[in-house]
Amino acid sequence: MKKRNYNLLLGGIITGIMMVLTLTGFFYTPFDPEKMDAANKLSGISLTHIMGCDNFGRDIFSRVLKGCGTTFTVACGTVLIGTVFGTLIGAFTGYFGGLVDEVLMRIMDALFAFPSLLLALVFVSLFGSGKYHVIIALGIAFVPSFSRIVRGEYMRCRELDYVKSARLSGASHLRIMFVHILPNIFTVLLSSVMIGFNNAVLAEAGLTYLGIGVRPPDASLGEMLSSAQTYLFSAPWYALCTGGTMILMILGFSLMSEGLKKS
Amino acid sequence: MLLEVKDLNIEFHDHLIPETVVSDVDLTLSEGEILGLVGESGSGKSMTAHAIAGLLSRHDMKKTGEILFDGKNLLTCPREELRKIQGNDISVIFQEPMTSLNPVKKIGWQTGEALRLHTDLGPEEIKRKVLKMLELVELPDPELVYGQYPHELSGGMRQRVMIASAMICEPKILIADEPTTALDVTIQAQITALLKRFHETRHTAILFISHDLSLIRTLCERVIVMRQGRVVETGTAEEIFRQPKEDYTKLLIEAIPKCERGKSMREIL
Repeated sequence: MKKRNYNLLLGGIITGIMMVLTLTGFFYTPFDPEKMDAANKLSGISLTHIMGCDNFGRDIFSRVLKGCGTTFTVACGTVLIGTVFGTLIGAFTGYFGGLVDEVLMRIMDALFAFPSLLLALVFVSLFGSGKYHVIIALGIAFVPSFSRIVRGEYMRCRELDYVKSARLSGASHLRIMFVHILPNIFTVLLSSVMIGFNNAVLAEAGLTYLGIGVRPPDASLGEMLSSAQTYLFSAPWYALCTGGTMILMILGFSLMSEGLKKS
Repeated sequence: MLLEVKDLNIEFHDHLIPETVVSDVDLTLSEGEILGLVGESGSGKSMTAHAIAGLLSRHDMKKTGEILFDGKNLLTCPREELRKIQGNDISVIFQEPMTSLNPVKKIGWQTGEALRLHTDLGPEEIKRKVLKMLELVELPDPELVYGQYPHELSGGMRQRVMIASAMICEPKILIADEPTTALDVTIQAQITALLKRFHETRHTAILFISHDLSLIRTLCERVIVMRQGRVVETGTAEEIFRQPKEDYTKLLIEAIPKCERGKSMREIL
């Protein structure tokens, strides 16, 4: 009897619920997330407002739904840029080695030396803030770590006999790299994508908290968290609900990546 | 002459001190011949085979000499031309059947890879050929094996799959790099018989690398003995085994474990 993989199961359930909420947020929210209502300013949890209202009287639940969407988009975009470019660079450097490897990896080392938040900060202050700039900035900051992981895998795989026999069948380098080797490193790539996703969620929150990320009319979890800070004692549910949502989002993905590693 | 290797030298340059692994190797392989390449581990026999197959990387090592196939020097010809020859005219079977198949691809896909790259056949035609080939290497239930992954097969079956994918384009030369070392004795005999049959029916020239002298003796017509990157002795299998000229060859032959009649197990031990 195989031991059940509770990490994967629990992570899957949490992520599933979060995904449903996020997707709902794109199409439907119980209240208009941007409609202000002076009467309900900082009102507590009630049946109409299940997460209460913020300092402008906006429904927090609706804003959380909307914010999940923004955060999710940013995280996905970041990971997508990181994975695509990271895989390309990692594949070329790891497979060919030699001079290409030396040059590209030294550039990656230089990028890697900056904390990703700092790198994104520089980028955003140069090109302006906003959702898409945050995605590009964080995406670039994520490329080095992905390319390192992929490079290691390619270096391991290129010496294996099945790669040699693929070369012997007359397959071109590109075909070997992306048709023969790539499917073999999917499991490694997948768990690093999940970890990358979590880091992206946190990094987005961090950037927005510093006031250079997603701009105010766009709700995002980080932006809500930073404004909730002011009302931590007068309206603790504001910070708790937004923070809790973010924790659930990250927890679901980390549990899933742990589970995938085990299986 | 199908294949001619002249003065092959291979030198590694990936450390501070260059290391010569193959020096002044000459060998010839005519059409439809089985040539045995014997030697201890590290004698350069696999390196020679890899060089012939065009598998050595182009940096970190120096290669001099000539490997002539159909009048083309495989050491210097452009990569595009080499690629046309690889898989189509020259194929290799590796020692370790556990790692020589891609773990995430189905058997059918892997066997047909050379056809996909070298011919314009459609998927249907490729599948038909692959199934026929899997049947030729005596795999039970080719239809089933076609859709299986390597981990579902035993070592012997994987080596059969390897032979099938190496032979699918009907190459002129098959390089067998210790194809039976990782298999047990009964499977060894079956695999050798299979190679021999391909040799007889399709006139494939085989370069058979092994350190198993008794196997070489039953299979090969001509034998080359290598030691420390050099050719020690060349001759027909009979000559080498009956009257070895070099001391090293004598030593190798003496090292074959013998099962003498009349001796009990206890005495041998």
